[in-house]
Amino acid sequence: MKKDLKKKIALIVAVLVIFIYGIFGIPSGLSGDALKEALTKRIHLGLDLQGGAHLIYQVVVSEAVNDETNNVVAEIRQNLKNANLSGQALKPDPKTPQVIQVTGVTPAQASSVRSMLDDKYSNQYDLTGGGADGTFTLTMKPVYVRTIEQRTVQQAIETVGDRVNSLGVSEPTIQQYGLGDNQILVELPGISDLDRVKSLLSETARLEIHAVVGGPYNSQQDAMQAQGGSIPPEEMIVTGSGNLVSGSESESYYVVQRLAVVSGTDFRSADPGVDQNGRRDVRFTLTNEAGDKFYDYTSKNVGRAMAVLMGGRVREVANIQSAIRDSGEIVGSFTPDEVMILSKLLRTGALPASLVPLEDRTVGASLGADSIREGVTAAIVGVLVVMIFMLIYYRGSGINADLALILNLVILLGFMGFASATLTLPGIAGVILTIGMGVDSNVLIFERIREEIRAGKSASAAVDQGFAHAWITIVDTHVTTIVSAAILFIFGTGPVKGFAVTLTFGLLANLFTAVFVSRVIFDAHLNKMRTGQMVSI
Amino acid sequence: MEFFRSPNVDWLGWKWYFLAFSLIFSVAGVTSMVWHWEHPVGGLRSPVPLGVDFRGGTQVEVQFPGPPDITRIRQATVAAGIRDANIVNYSVPGRYEVLISLPEEHQESSLDLGRQQIESALSAQFGSAFDPRRDIRNVAVVGPTVGRQLEKQAGLATLYSMAGMLVYLWFRFQLIYGVAAVVACFHDTLITVGFFALTGQEISLTVIAAILTLVGYSMNDTIVVFDRIRENLRLNRKETLPDVVNRSINQTLSRTVLTSGLTFLTVLSLYLFGGRVLHGFSFALVVGILIGTYSSIAIASPMLVAWQQWRVSRGKTAPLPAAKRARV
Repeated sequence: MKKDLKKKIALIVAVLVIFIYGIFGIPSGLSGDALKEALTKRIHLGLDLQGGAHLIYQVVVSEAVNDETNNVVAEIRQNLKNANLSGQALKPDPKTPQVIQVTGVTPAQASSVRSMLDDKYSNQYDLTGGGADGTFTLTMKPVYVRTIEQRTVQQAIETVGDRVNSLGVSEPTIQQYGLGDNQILVELPGISDLDRVKSLLSETARLEIHAVVGGPYNSQQDAMQAQGGSIPPEEMIVTGSGNLVSGSESESYYVVQRLAVVSGTDFRSADPGVDQNGRRDVRFTLTNEAGDKFYDYTSKNVGRAMAVLMGGRVREVANIQSAIRDSGEIVGSFTPDEVMILSKLLRTGALPASLVPLEDRTVGASLGADSIREGVTAAIVGVLVVMIFMLIYYRGSGINADLALILNLVILLGFMGFASATLTLPGIAGVILTIGMGVDSNVLIFERIREEIRAGKSASAAVDQGFAHAWITIVDTHVTTIVSAAILFIFGTGPVKGFAVTLTFGLLANLFTAVFVSRVIFDAHLNKMRTGQMVSI
Repeated sequence: MEFFRSPNVDWLGWKWYFLAFSLIFSVAGVTSMVWHWEHPVGGLRSPVPLGVDFRGGTQVEVQFPGPPDITRIRQATVAAGIRDANIVNYSVPGRYEVLISLPEEHQESSLDLGRQQIESALSAQFGSAFDPRRDIRNVAVVGPTVGRQLEKQAGLATLYSMAGMLVYLWFRFQLIYGVAAVVACFHDTLITVGFFALTGQEISLTVIAAILTLVGYSMNDTIVVFDRIRENLRLNRKETLPDVVNRSINQTLSRTVLTSGLTFLTVLSLYLFGGRVLHGFSFALVVGILIGTYSSIAIASPMLVAWQQWRVSRGKTAPLPAAKRARV
């Protein structure tokens, strides 16, 4: 029995040492500052305590779906042309980017067109139509839409991550947010000046080079008229500031090929520079594959015009002087900031779709510091009040409860250190609540012991019965609180999650301290007592 | 030291007073919720005042070196063309803070506009005395999508939480015990939320966290009493149910009051010293713990008795099931 007790005490001391290590690690010294530094290295502070920015973006995944079907439309056209088949591929409605139509198929060729479409696209698209009206409809399968959406969100997270890293923010968080709504969460500790950061993060920077069909024109009508009254589906009208070419301030209109010759993902690198006339430019290098494609195109189209589009607007129009393979420079109407951002963006890759800001929270460092101070004050006052109360109300056993309470806090904080959990302000509130709820278990046990003593039991029997009877109640009460904390963790966000984490850890630790540790302390005490003596409770 | 030595109170004799007390608070809360529903703020109907987390919009917290001049701040915002700005002075001696809120921005692409407008308005009015990087302590800009998502999630979380409790108590005791506990819990939640409506305090995300915690915590006292009822039912089968329930409440009264009292003390410390950010959170806990303790004695246990009496009146004399044998 005594040997068993020694083992239990050894276990408790081991747990204490392990979790103190969890809180502080191995500190560089024992001075207050060294301990504080060791502590902050182990337990991360949430944004609400250290200050920083918390941003939520919606990834406009329909753009990625749209891009995908655009490519397929171009492919179908090429295939129809190569096979000498009639029909025109187009996207009937910009609101449903996942739908492609092939129209004007002659009845004689309907079956060949069908088998061609079926052959190549039936994995990803549902093919319908092909009746008397000569129209086929390809609708992207929902599963494939979902695949593209997920891929897009992942790419967006990677790209935003690269951009955040290029800013040198320490310990940023970039992750999917919400429950499958294609949102991403960006947390930047220590950043409170957001304006530049945000434009860098969410700038699509879809840099594209398109072949110019005609332009510049002064208005959309002029552009339409010059093209014979209507724009074919494979072409589009784009605008750019007039001074690019004419030097005037009014907008200019261009008609360009819808499909880009070179687009975002084709760029390998880009750097700001200055051309021979002293104008700012961006020097870019293309990937090998894109370089071949670009060489192909430029060598066939010497003398024709190309338009450089960024964010859907024309930034430069230039004539092709000679074939270009994989490097070139863009001289456009760029401000120095734009050149910097553009080159940074091109280096980190383009976003696969635009990001729309949904939420933006910034906590200043001074508020964070205040919150820490207030939270810690409330915690210390709470602990002291509870401990003093236990000492007064339960006398000798109060010491037992207070020891268990301290160990409970050590385990909770140590656990957070080991799990590198984030401590938020509601998390501190969770610690405070743990104190209040943790000591409940002691009360349940002690009250039961008192009751057993009143019923005339001996000290050791009363302790025994007290623990046995209270145990089930304690488990019940812990389960209900942990269930609601778990639901809070699943549904909650940011700081609230921190609360759920500390409350759960704290209550789990409490099962060990209030039941096991407290029992061992009682046993050790009972061993030393003379027969017939009562416990102080 | 002991507060209660073998109390002998006829709790069930008080049940009509308890019912009246609960009804007064519930009706007051619900009436206030209806009033809020009928007086929407910024075109947003809601039974309780919503914080920026749910309502959406822009909220900027600014600190000033001295007592802030609200009139000048209002002039500044009006001059900058900001309509419907809500300016609240939170100053206490030694710390001067103003909270400027703008209603929900419908254009999500210009989500950030409100913050920039407020910043430039204050810069224009106060010149170099205002430094955005130093004096802006907290900014929250929430678009309508996020607010609605959160609202839905908060409601779902509360429902799931209560359902979880019901299932657990059903499994550990009997269905009727679970129903009684969940009704008491719903009563606690209703009155706590009602207090927010009555006092006009905003419900934020952390308040929801507090309410969810209460759903779990207010079960604790109820479970302690139920545990004892079950134990006494097994020990003494001759006693009538009202007597068993009364005796069980009396036997556990000391621990019910102590456990809640101690948790209440820590929560009170949080309310008094925890700062303004956690104010709503600790307020919900302060109110909720008081109501939760009251309801485990005044609502949950009388419900068990009422249920049995109803069954007897229907001619089914089966006593309240003592539930599964506890694994003691």
